Amino acid sequence: MSESLERSASGVLTSVPLADEVVAVDEGGPAVSDRARRGERLAGLAQRQGAWVVLLLVCLVASLSFDSFATTDNASNIAIQTSFLAIVALGMTFAIISGGIDLSVGSVFALGGVLAAYGSQYGFLVGLGLPLLAGAAIGLINGVLVAKGGLAPFIVTLATLLGARGLLLAITDEGSTTFLVPRDSAFLELGRGELLGLGYPVWMALVLALLAGVLLQRTSFGQCVFAIGGSQDAARLMGLPVARATMGVYVLSGILAALAGALLAARSGSGVPIVGVGLELNAISAVVIGGTLLTGGAGGISGTVAGVLLLGVIQNIINQIGSLNSSLQAVVSGAFLILVVIGQTYLSRRQRR
Amino acid sequence: MSVTSTPAVAVRGADRRRIARWVQDNGVYVALAAVVAFNLAATPNFASLATVRTQLIQVAPILIIALGMALVIGTEGIDLSVGSVMALTAALLPLYLGYGTAPAILISLAAGAAVGLVNGSLIAFIGVQPIVATLALLVGGRGLALVFADGRLKQIEDPNLLELGSGSVLGVPIVVLVALVLALAVAFLVQRSTFGRQLVAVGGNRAASELAGIPVRRVLIWVYVLCGLLAAVAGILATARLRASDPSAVGTLIELSAITAVVVGGTPLSGGRVRIVGTVAGAVLMQLITATLITQDLPSSTAQIVQAAIIVAAVYVQRQRGSR
Repeated sequence: MSESLERSASGVLTSVPLADEVVAVDEGGPAVSDRARRGERLAGLAQRQGAWVVLLLVCLVASLSFDSFATTDNASNIAIQTSFLAIVALGMTFAIISGGIDLSVGSVFALGGVLAAYGSQYGFLVGLGLPLLAGAAIGLINGVLVAKGGLAPFIVTLATLLGARGLLLAITDEGSTTFLVPRDSAFLELGRGELLGLGYPVWMALVLALLAGVLLQRTSFGQCVFAIGGSQDAARLMGLPVARATMGVYVLSGILAALAGALLAARSGSGVPIVGVGLELNAISAVVIGGTLLTGGAGGISGTVAGVLLLGVIQNIINQIGSLNSSLQAVVSGAFLILVVIGQTYLSRRQRR
Repeated sequence: MSVTSTPAVAVRGADRRRIARWVQDNGVYVALAAVVAFNLAATPNFASLATVRTQLIQVAPILIIALGMALVIGTEGIDLSVGSVMALTAALLPLYLGYGTAPAILISLAAGAAVGLVNGSLIAFIGVQPIVATLALLVGGRGLALVFADGRLKQIEDPNLLELGSGSVLGVPIVVLVALVLALAVAFLVQRSTFGRQLVAVGGNRAASELAGIPVRRVLIWVYVLCGLLAAVAGILATARLRASDPSAVGTLIELSAITAVVVGGTPLSGGRVRIVGTVAGAVLMQLITATLITQDLPSSTAQIVQAAIIVAAVYVQRQRGSR
């Protein structure tokens, strides 16, 4: 109990930059503790923004090693390839900061794509609205079971992972039908259009990341999410709307996952039932690499964006090397995840000390 | 009126709690009995030996993995890497079958133990969250398996290994026999050994266990090593049955089936309690439900949705104990 309260305190500290200074002024201790505090703050900074530093280093090394890496073509390639995962990972960030997890995003992603392709036959708005509605509905089921039913998020979203895939199979005739987006549909433009050399999905991911950042850091909903992740009991005792915020988190995650699936369908022109298997694991990896703690109560959107880009850049580099076995990519990702997590565990322990 | 009704309400509340408790403890057996009864009535040839054999053979790998998963979940952990351990053993077997069946099997088991050791060390010594640590090995393990196998499917021709997959002793398939023996051994470990007590204590309250002098780190490492070993056994058996090494497909998503079996069997995800008999029943129940839906000509999409509903119902029933 005391441990989780501490965590909630650190969660609030990381979320409100001013709080650090307030504490420093309050205590005004001797020079030794000042230094210790600086070390602590540095560790915190490294944990929160370390992913960006690593990303820069990796990009630097890659652009020195490969001529074709630091080109606008390659950059816009990486951007478009990571944009779908980025949108999913935004929702996952909220779920993990609230102390939960959302395993259903991969299935919802696929469901969103299939419903978008199906709906786009009836016009642009149906094509976009149908997947978002379905995503929100599955998110709501997750949220109600977690918040009102008091069930473990891991197991609830595991069930909806299965359920949503089942639903998907039912819609697509046991996976044998692939819905195509009509060729003249305006919906295709959503995935294929470009602005200033970047595809619409990239812009969408950027705007959504900004909005998610504001929602998390500057609104009472975001603060409530941090508080729940720190200590659900404490948040409830403080009178925060814990159930409502929890449901909001899962609905948000469901909507974002379905939107990402819809964008992929718009880009590829079809709703493929088998996409998104294991996507939840990539999203969790990106969020964790980005410095959000799985214990909840601490983390941020900017780290998640860096985590997603880092995964994308690693994949890109392995593709560049070419002669390497493509299975090595998984080995590198796994090893990388272990290193990052070891580093983070060390940093967050140092911070707390 | 209110005065007279108070004791009655209290009694009813106690009754309800006792019923809830009973359902928590025995719900999985009731459900299993109901599914069996339904099949006896509705499915022709269900009571035949051949049907029982098929179902048991199919459930064996999931069951073996679920045993290890139950131990891990008992320590308030989780192991997502079991499917990748299966892939790793499948990839290693054909590489070493040239040296004989036993060395190949031993090397595969060692690989499973090694993955468990990495998981356990990350969790026990570095303090990494079990989900993340084992997620890293889920991703990396299968990649490594594909690198070893060069991404190819290989036929298995070793007669001893094939015998392991399709042979029987006294009419009982060896695969089923292995699962049964392992289930008994793990049940004994949990209920009768010091290690079992320590495991449950660590899952119930890690800080208190540390203060009580339990070697928490050693227990955690052993639990993950055991889980890796059991996953390796499942991988060997699956490969032997398949008559081929298929590292890209074997054991995908089996971690979810295993977790489902454990949770449906009454082991709470919050740790501190392990039910091996319940886990066995949970694994058989989920297998039978899938089989039943298929024999009733329902599409696999419906089967998945029904499974999802059963998982939610099972955790809902156990909710009170979990949240306590």
